[in-house]
Amino acid sequence: MSDRLDVTFTVNGDKRTICVEPRRSLADALRDDCGLTGTHLGCEHGVCGACTVLVDDQPVRSCLMFAVQAEAARVRTVEGLAAGDKLHPLQQAFWDHHGLQCGFCTPGFLMLAVSILERDPDIGEPRLREALSSNLCRCTGYQNILKSVLAAAAAMRK
Amino acid sequence: MRWVGRSLPRYEDPILLQGRGRYTAVLARGARILRFLRSPVSRGRILALNAPPEIPIITTAVLGDVKPVCPRLDRPDYVPVPQPILAHDRVSYVGEPIAAVIADTAAQAEDLAEQVTIEIETETPVVTLNQALAPGAPLVHDTAAQNTLIDARFETPEVGAAFAAAHQVVEFTFTSGRQAAMPLEPRGAVAAFDLATGRVLLSASTQMPHLLRTGVADALGIPESELRVIAPEVGGGFGQKMALIPEYVVVVWAARHFACTVAWIEDRLENLTASFHARDQRLHLRGAFHADGSLLAIDADILCNVGAYSNFPATCGVEPLMAMADMPGPYRVPEYRARARGIATNTCPMAPYRGVSRPVITAAMERLMDYAAARLELDPLEIRRRNLITEFPHTSVTGVVHDPGSYREAMEAAARVVDVAQFRERQQQARLDGRWLGLGMSVFAERTGPGTPAFAARRMVITPGYERVELVMDPSGFLEARIGSSPHGQGLRTALAQLLADEIGIAPAEIRVISGDTDRTPYGWGTFASRSLVLAGGACKLAAAALRERLQMVAGQTLEAAASDIEISDGRAFVRGTDLAVDVRQLARAAYHQSHRFEAIADTGLSAVATYDPYGTFSNACHIAIVEVDVATGQVTIERFVVVEDAGRLVNPMIVEGQIHGGVAQGIANALYEKVVYDDGGNLLTGSLADYLVPTMAEIPRIEIHHLATLTDASVTGAKGVGEGGTIGAPAAILNAVSDALAPFGIDIFEMPITPQSIAQLLREGGAKRNER
Repeated sequence: MSDRLDVTFTVNGDKRTICVEPRRSLADALRDDCGLTGTHLGCEHGVCGACTVLVDDQPVRSCLMFAVQAEAARVRTVEGLAAGDKLHPLQQAFWDHHGLQCGFCTPGFLMLAVSILERDPDIGEPRLREALSSNLCRCTGYQNILKSVLAAAAAMRK
Repeated sequence: MRWVGRSLPRYEDPILLQGRGRYTAVLARGARILRFLRSPVSRGRILALNAPPEIPIITTAVLGDVKPVCPRLDRPDYVPVPQPILAHDRVSYVGEPIAAVIADTAAQAEDLAEQVTIEIETETPVVTLNQALAPGAPLVHDTAAQNTLIDARFETPEVGAAFAAAHQVVEFTFTSGRQAAMPLEPRGAVAAFDLATGRVLLSASTQMPHLLRTGVADALGIPESELRVIAPEVGGGFGQKMALIPEYVVVVWAARHFACTVAWIEDRLENLTASFHARDQRLHLRGAFHADGSLLAIDADILCNVGAYSNFPATCGVEPLMAMADMPGPYRVPEYRARARGIATNTCPMAPYRGVSRPVITAAMERLMDYAAARLELDPLEIRRRNLITEFPHTSVTGVVHDPGSYREAMEAAARVVDVAQFRERQQQARLDGRWLGLGMSVFAERTGPGTPAFAARRMVITPGYERVELVMDPSGFLEARIGSSPHGQGLRTALAQLLADEIGIAPAEIRVISGDTDRTPYGWGTFASRSLVLAGGACKLAAAALRERLQMVAGQTLEAAASDIEISDGRAFVRGTDLAVDVRQLARAAYHQSHRFEAIADTGLSAVATYDPYGTFSNACHIAIVEVDVATGQVTIERFVVVEDAGRLVNPMIVEGQIHGGVAQGIANALYEKVVYDDGGNLLTGSLADYLVPTMAEIPRIEIHHLATLTDASVTGAKGVGEGGTIGAPAAILNAVSDALAPFGIDIFEMPITPQSIAQLLREGGAKRNER
């Protein structure tokens, strides 16, 4: 297990080369090797979605993907959403509409929502509800997450 | 400008939204990692631990004189049982920690753990209440006869006569499945040994940092001053992170022993297997009713499966004693008999979980109301009208004092919102089309912010309750509030800043609330029992009044006016009725740097301390659920969910509604989805989130909230707690709604969760019964 491999990918636009064991998950590589601890681990078996990141614009459970599978990929994490001090419209909407409580699921929901709205900016509530049901939240009862994403979608269409 | 009552966006959020939240696992980077070896069986004798000699294993023998955890109640009907930090001769549940290994990374620690084998001579476990109570059942603890850790009784003199005189006696057995709190962030701790001071900084995902310090220090036999406990960002707790766990003791021991930084980050399997569970209860409930529907007496036999050990500090009495004391809920119950037992089994121990017993007793009592109403041919609203408390203060049959609330008003308002009469018409029409709709309600009281009197009544040796707050204004005029409570997602920092801002007359953005650090905050009890806004908020209000007086003195002297003529708002101090004014910032600067001018505040400067320890206050609500049951599949769909809530004065309505949303979602989970399942051997069958069904956005409907506001002097701020109500009320409303939907099939629901499988089975049995008639 100690034979390490070099992996090169971009994270939030920065090219990174890290040297990891083949068994290392992308989530662990992002957190421990890249220092991007905004990606959270809630279950490590692909159900809760707290570790959702975008790999080549697709939402991915980073706990279920090996870091070595990200070779040459374009990875986006919650740390890349805001532009300097300016929050991404989704972050702003979650703030305005109380879309988070403890905040542990929030990075995963934000990344999931980014991918949903990039693919379908006009998504309606029923389909949005279904898509967002990919991830778990234990605090909010989901109501304000849905409200936040709908508000962000409206803001992003302007 | 007034701040209380506004839906101010939370100060907590920007950090969390950008992924900068400092949760425990972030602090574990670079630490040596502990991995626990856990019992693979539910009951047995440990014969040997085999490991290659190069792997150092931490066992009880290595720990030396570390003391077991032994939670206590000062009651003769309670049997204290010590829980070893690591199991040595016996194991008593699957997941019980036996030993630990340590390595430089989590992966290496797992590799080491795989090389250790544990030999255990297995024994037949007791898993269920029936098994534990069977004559001659094996004992989980030799000192606890019949596996009974607590056996509490209550009886009023005339309860027998009340049953004898009753027009109608109804009874049933109600069963609640075992649930896991399932905070999205599992537990975890990082202990850093400081070579310079010899102290350990323990950062842990905890709701109770001060009590964690006490518990760990006591177990290790060290003064509390050798420990600093920090609760960093905590990713949900819901009660599971209240109790002291053996793992934290080992983490601190290892940091001291190896003189380094040591971390343990729990994985989800550990969390579902070996963290605390809750709500595994069976109630036999009898109600005696007068012909007019008024309740004459309740007789309750309360059995709680409390697992293998008692939790510290609440003890395994927390569920049975809460059930016994609060069973009458929002109703007048003249006569009452109860027996409440906590039964030890070879399963994971229980701890408080959001609502603590009240989701179960509320479901049972609300089922009793509907069940009795049907037999007395009364409308469910009408039977409640005849029994709800309407005069305050009301002292319940068990001696619990209810401050003013709106039990009846909340129910009537909820009934108006859903238009019950119109629903009944729709329900009739739907039945003709073979669609089965049901409406269910629950009315309940939520005891919030209990102070020491409430816990002393339970005879806890460690009696929590009070909250202390220290306020310090710095020379730049910014205020620091150091609180004993320790929030984990509730938005308390924002709400307290709003309260303090109004009391002192500065902006909430100029207030920093410090929590969750035992070096920086006064001893307090953390976050549980819907207490933080009531108690820490109350203490903030009292301390703020004292600080404002000091500012008035400084301002009065500065403006050459009487202190009593000074008003402070928006960061300015004015002489009332004039345009003489000075900035609070200037006053703060002067108080520190020209202190010789202000003898009146020489003792404390611009600081103030207050402690608040009231009896507690009740918030209340009515939930109404409208559901549709698909009798072909047993699927329950929630069409509408309405909450009429009375939490007194709302400091931040947005946060209050968020608490209700989340609480109701957990209540719906309790009613329909989540169940921890053991097999006959005590093996956990629900060790992943694919087996333990936490609802998603697809299952949780829109939750419609309406507010009432009864202001009482039981809370100095007028605010009542609201953290648990959603979870308490929702299961009862759902179960009543499902029962209402299935009434044509002769089905009443007396269990939760009520899954499609159990509905299908009831339909088969109900069908069979109808065929017999």
